[in-house]
Amino acid sequence: MRVMRTDSRARRISPVALVMALLALVALTPVLRAGAQDATPAATVTPYEAPENVGDLEGSIEVDGSSTVAPITEAVAEDFQEVAPNVQVSVGVSGTGGGFERFCNGETDIADASRPIEDEEAALCAENGVEYYRFEVAFDGITIVVNKNNTALTCISVESLADLWTEGSDVTTFADLGEGLPDEEISLYGPGPDSGTFDFFNEVILGDDVAPRTDYTPSEDDNVLVEGVSGDENALAYFGYAYFTENQDQLNAVAVATESDLSNCVTPSLETIANGTYQPLSRPIYIYVKAESLTRPEVQEFLRFYIANTGTLSEDVGYVAAPAAVYAGAQEKLEGAISGTVEPDSAATATPES
Amino acid sequence: MSAAAQSRDVLVAPDTSSRLRRREVQGRVLRGLFAGATSFAVIVLAVLLLSIVLDGYDWLSWRLITEMPSRRPEEAGLLSALMGTLWVISLTAIVALPVGIGAAIYLEEYAPRNWWTRILQTNISNLAGVPSVVYGLLGLGVFVNLFGLGRSVISGALTMALLILPVIIIASQEAIRAVPLSLRQGAFALGATRWQVARHHVLPAALPGILTGTILALSRAIGETAPLLVVGAAGYIAFNPNSLTDQFTVLPIQIFNWTGRPQDDFKHLAAAGIIVLLVVLLGMNAVAIFLRQRFSKRW
Repeated sequence: MRVMRTDSRARRISPVALVMALLALVALTPVLRAGAQDATPAATVTPYEAPENVGDLEGSIEVDGSSTVAPITEAVAEDFQEVAPNVQVSVGVSGTGGGFERFCNGETDIADASRPIEDEEAALCAENGVEYYRFEVAFDGITIVVNKNNTALTCISVESLADLWTEGSDVTTFADLGEGLPDEEISLYGPGPDSGTFDFFNEVILGDDVAPRTDYTPSEDDNVLVEGVSGDENALAYFGYAYFTENQDQLNAVAVATESDLSNCVTPSLETIANGTYQPLSRPIYIYVKAESLTRPEVQEFLRFYIANTGTLSEDVGYVAAPAAVYAGAQEKLEGAISGTVEPDSAATATPES
Repeated sequence: MSAAAQSRDVLVAPDTSSRLRRREVQGRVLRGLFAGATSFAVIVLAVLLLSIVLDGYDWLSWRLITEMPSRRPEEAGLLSALMGTLWVISLTAIVALPVGIGAAIYLEEYAPRNWWTRILQTNISNLAGVPSVVYGLLGLGVFVNLFGLGRSVISGALTMALLILPVIIIASQEAIRAVPLSLRQGAFALGATRWQVARHHVLPAALPGILTGTILALSRAIGETAPLLVVGAAGYIAFNPNSLTDQFTVLPIQIFNWTGRPQDDFKHLAAAGIIVLLVVLLGMNAVAIFLRQRFSKRW
């Protein structure tokens, strides 16, 4: 349980820092700049510039991990192949946990992760002498969806969501969620327990010690959930934002409010997910890079290319780009990591950087 | 006598005819049921094929087998997966064929019939029923980690070879058993050794059956995903394997990868990928039929 708590703290730190960084950007006042402190490096992402010898680079780079992050890494690998045709990048989808296991056994160079590394996994890395850096590559916003014909439920509070999804919940109809809603039984759909989305949702909505209800239709395949909700007028489900945007003609997104009186409803959108106002269901997704691999020139170039392009590429494959400041910061961190001036994140697992 | 026979006819006839009618009705009902069972299987297959073809037909093009996977559905192909499948299946055949046929020859032609061979036989039959993912775990433990072959084409192929070995052994044994005993006895009578009998008489005669069994086993292996996922076939690879130790992916994994994408186009692409997989499969079955026809004329 301690493990989880440390993680959720880490997860909450970074959106706060992001908001601060954004505020500093928008306002551009010296006062705010000082307030945001080290979270505001250069505001723009430096475009990737291929060194002259890039075509001579050879080698293979192994990536494994979250199936949520894989489409982004695949897109980056695809474009990188045009830059450095002799570098072979393979992307596996063992899941975040499976990816970390291989990563910490020293088998892979990069781990795709839809959540920060857990203490146990970090301990395995430490045991095997695997040091790593973490980079934020994009945002994902878990979206609450209902059928297109359900126009009654437009906003739901975090509290109601917790009531709805908790184990042994007595919420059975929409009317139980709030006054004025139809007295129709809700059919619930959601990701299964092997999914990182499931873990994240339960953690931020229900908290650490509360078990989720089990009387819903689970599927690890988000497309199945989409079909379930689009064919059932009284359905409600949650899944990644990309699956909502691709199926907007069949689904409605429900806004989420942190206040139980629904005074601050926020609808998920590219903007609200990226700037962190869609709370608490927007999450950053990461790649973890083995420090040792960063000494190899082909890995250095791949990562330079990755960070410079992940903003546009993640939107290409349906995710939400992080603010430019995040990538600019990541670029600075990457150069520091390559030159050895920035400590690996594994050196301070207890307090991960923002 | 004729009167007695007649009277018995008269006495018995109504009874037989009613029972006959009942039996005939029973026969017709069962015939209908069995025909229904057959057409059910065929109809399900037809519906499946039709829906896949309708879904994927528009996305079928040469690009599919000449291009690497891409995030843009209109540019995506499955060349690396197709090559991976061909590598894995060829290597699997190279490994599994001699071992499987060798085991079958031993069991049928050499092994004494005692409790030991009965245990062997029972275990081989049991192995044929072990879920494929278990073979994947075995491959991960033995080939990937213990032998240090890594997540490579050869690890995948060896795992697949283990998976289909029992099927090949059983199919080959049956083919060998079907060779008439007189053929062996004739050769023995002329002074042939056991090996000469097996090599020159039994094997050629059993070859069509052995090949059919083997190719059907390989066709099964081609659609397997679980064991290869466990031994580490990657989800995305944009290069073809060039050596035994290269990383790889296979058609079913690429198709699975596409079905999970949010964009609708990828679902059509996946359907087109399934058509490619089916064509490869049907091609292999056609080879099996061809070989059977061709070689069975030899004796």
